Amino acid sequence: MEDIAILGVGMHPWGKWGRNFVDYGVVAARNALEDAAIDYAEVGFVSGAITVRNGYPGYVAGSTFSRALGFTGAQVASSYAACASGATALSVARGQILSGACDVALVIGADTTPKGFLAPNEGKRPDDTDWLRFHLVGATNPVYFALHAQRRMSLYGATEEDFAAVKVKNARHAVSNPNARFTKEYDIDDVQASPMVSNPLRLLNICATSDGGAAMIVSSMEYAKAHGHADPVRVKGISLVTPTYPDTVLDLPYLATDSAASTPAPDLDFKSSIGASVYAEAGVGPDDVDVAEVYDLSSALELDWYEQLGFCAPGEAEGLLRDGVTTIGGRLPVNPSGGLGAFGEAVPAQAIAQVCELTWQLRGQAEGRQVEGAQVGITANQGLFGHGSSVLVAK
Amino acid sequence: MSTKTRVPAVEGMFTLDDEPHLIGGKIKGRDSFFFPAHLGGGDPAAPGAEIEEVPLSRTGTIWSFTNSEYSPPPPFIARTDPYEPITIAAVQLEAEQMVILGQVADGWTVNDLAIGMEMELIVDTLYEDDDNEYLVWKWRPTGAGTGESEATNAEAN
Repeated sequence: MEDIAILGVGMHPWGKWGRNFVDYGVVAARNALEDAAIDYAEVGFVSGAITVRNGYPGYVAGSTFSRALGFTGAQVASSYAACASGATALSVARGQILSGACDVALVIGADTTPKGFLAPNEGKRPDDTDWLRFHLVGATNPVYFALHAQRRMSLYGATEEDFAAVKVKNARHAVSNPNARFTKEYDIDDVQASPMVSNPLRLLNICATSDGGAAMIVSSMEYAKAHGHADPVRVKGISLVTPTYPDTVLDLPYLATDSAASTPAPDLDFKSSIGASVYAEAGVGPDDVDVAEVYDLSSALELDWYEQLGFCAPGEAEGLLRDGVTTIGGRLPVNPSGGLGAFGEAVPAQAIAQVCELTWQLRGQAEGRQVEGAQVGITANQGLFGHGSSVLVAK
Repeated sequence: MSTKTRVPAVEGMFTLDDEPHLIGGKIKGRDSFFFPAHLGGGDPAAPGAEIEEVPLSRTGTIWSFTNSEYSPPPPFIARTDPYEPITIAAVQLEAEQMVILGQVADGWTVNDLAIGMEMELIVDTLYEDDDNEYLVWKWRPTGAGTGESEATNAEAN
C-alpha cells in the first residue's frame, strides 16, 4: 500500500460545550485547512465520521459538514464504525486518493454527547445485543472495562495503584494540551479517593464522554510535494480488521464469546490482531515505535494495549509503566496527549484526534508534551461489535 | 409467597425447570455454539449454516467478575429502591469453550468471588411489576443453595 500525506490537522477543543456538533467539526476543519495552507476548493472528497446521537444530520455527517463549510460539488461519504469511525473515514479517504478519484480529502468527525453512561436506543428490542446486555445483566461499558481490569489483577498482579498511576501519568501529560478537556494534575490518592464505579475501577479510572471535533487534510504524496509539503507526516498503515473466529475474549456489547469447541482460538486475540495488521501493512514493528496514542477507555485498558501492540509480553505492562517507559521522557511514551482520560470520548472524532496528536508529535509541534525525536507513531482504538482500528504514521 | 406469574424477561433464552439451562445455538453436526442462540454470530467454516437450539452447560468457572456500584441506565430496571449494587460474572463453560455473562445471585459480592471459582446457573427475579415476576439467568457459586445465610458464610470465609 502506498503512503498518503497528512497536510494539515486541527481540532475543536474537547469539553462539555453543549452546542451543535456541526460547530465543532467546522472549527476543526478550518484549523486543519489553515494548517495545510490550502484552499478549501482543493478538497475533492469529504470523508465524514458519523455520530448516532444527533439525529439525521449526524447520520449523514459527511454531507452535513460539507454543507456547513459550503457545498463545492466534492465527492462525499459518511462512515460509522463506533469508536473506529474516524479511522474508517480516513481509510475511505486513502482509498479515494490512491485510486486517483481525488488528490486531497478532508477527514472529519465531531460529537455532542449526553451526560453519564452511554445507553442503547429506546424501546424494547430483544434482537439487539446492546439492548439485552443493559436490560438483562446491567452490563454498562465500565462493567466490561472492569472485567478486563480484574483479569490483569488476578493473572498479572496488577494493583489498583497501577491503574491510578496510568491516570496520574496521562493527567500530567495533558496539563498544557490546549485541546484536552481535563488539564488538572492528580496524584494516586486522588484517584483512589474517587468513587468506585465497577470494581476495581473508580471514577477517575474511567473516561468521560465529551463534545469535540477533529479533522485532517490528507493528499497523495505527489500532491504534497507539488504544494510545498516536502516532508509531510505519512499514513503508512491503517488496520480495520474484524476479530477472527472464534473470538474468545468477552467484550462489549456481547453476552457471550464465540465457542472454541470446534475451532481453536486464533494465535492473536482481536485487539492484538488490530496491531499486527497495521505493522504488516506499514512494514515496521513494535520496536520501531516512538510514541503511541491508545484507547484508554479505562486506565487499565491502556496497560492491555502495551501488550496488544507488542510493546512488551503479556503480564509485563505494569513493569513498563512503573519503570517510566511510557511517560514522556521515557523510551516509548503512551498517550502524550493525555488520552481519553484527559479528553473524554467524542466517539466519531476520537480516532481522528489520535492521528492529529501523532502528527504534531512527529512534526515536533507538541508544545509542552513533546516526545523528543519521534519518527514513528501508532494509534489503537476499540469500537463496538467487532470494530477497532489502528493507524501507523511516520515522518 | 408471591402469587405473581413468573415469566422470562426475554423469551427463549433459558429454561425454567429446577435445573435451568441457557438455550444456546449450535451448528448442526459441528461443535460451534452461540449465545443467544440466534444473535451469537456465526462460524466462517459453515457460513449461514442452520443453527439448532441446544441446552448449554449449567456450570462453569469464573473468567472474570465485577459489579455496578451505580444503577445502570434503562433499559435496566433496578429491583430495589434505593438501588443495591449488582454483582456480575463472566463464566467459562468447559464443554462449549465459551464465556457467558450474567448477574450473580443476591447476597454475593465481588469480595466473595475469584477467577476460576465454580459457578452454576439459576433462574431468579430480574424485576417485578404488579402482576408478573420477570426472570433472568444468574450465576451462583456451585453448591451454595439459596438464601442469605450461605452468602454470609461465604463472606466470613
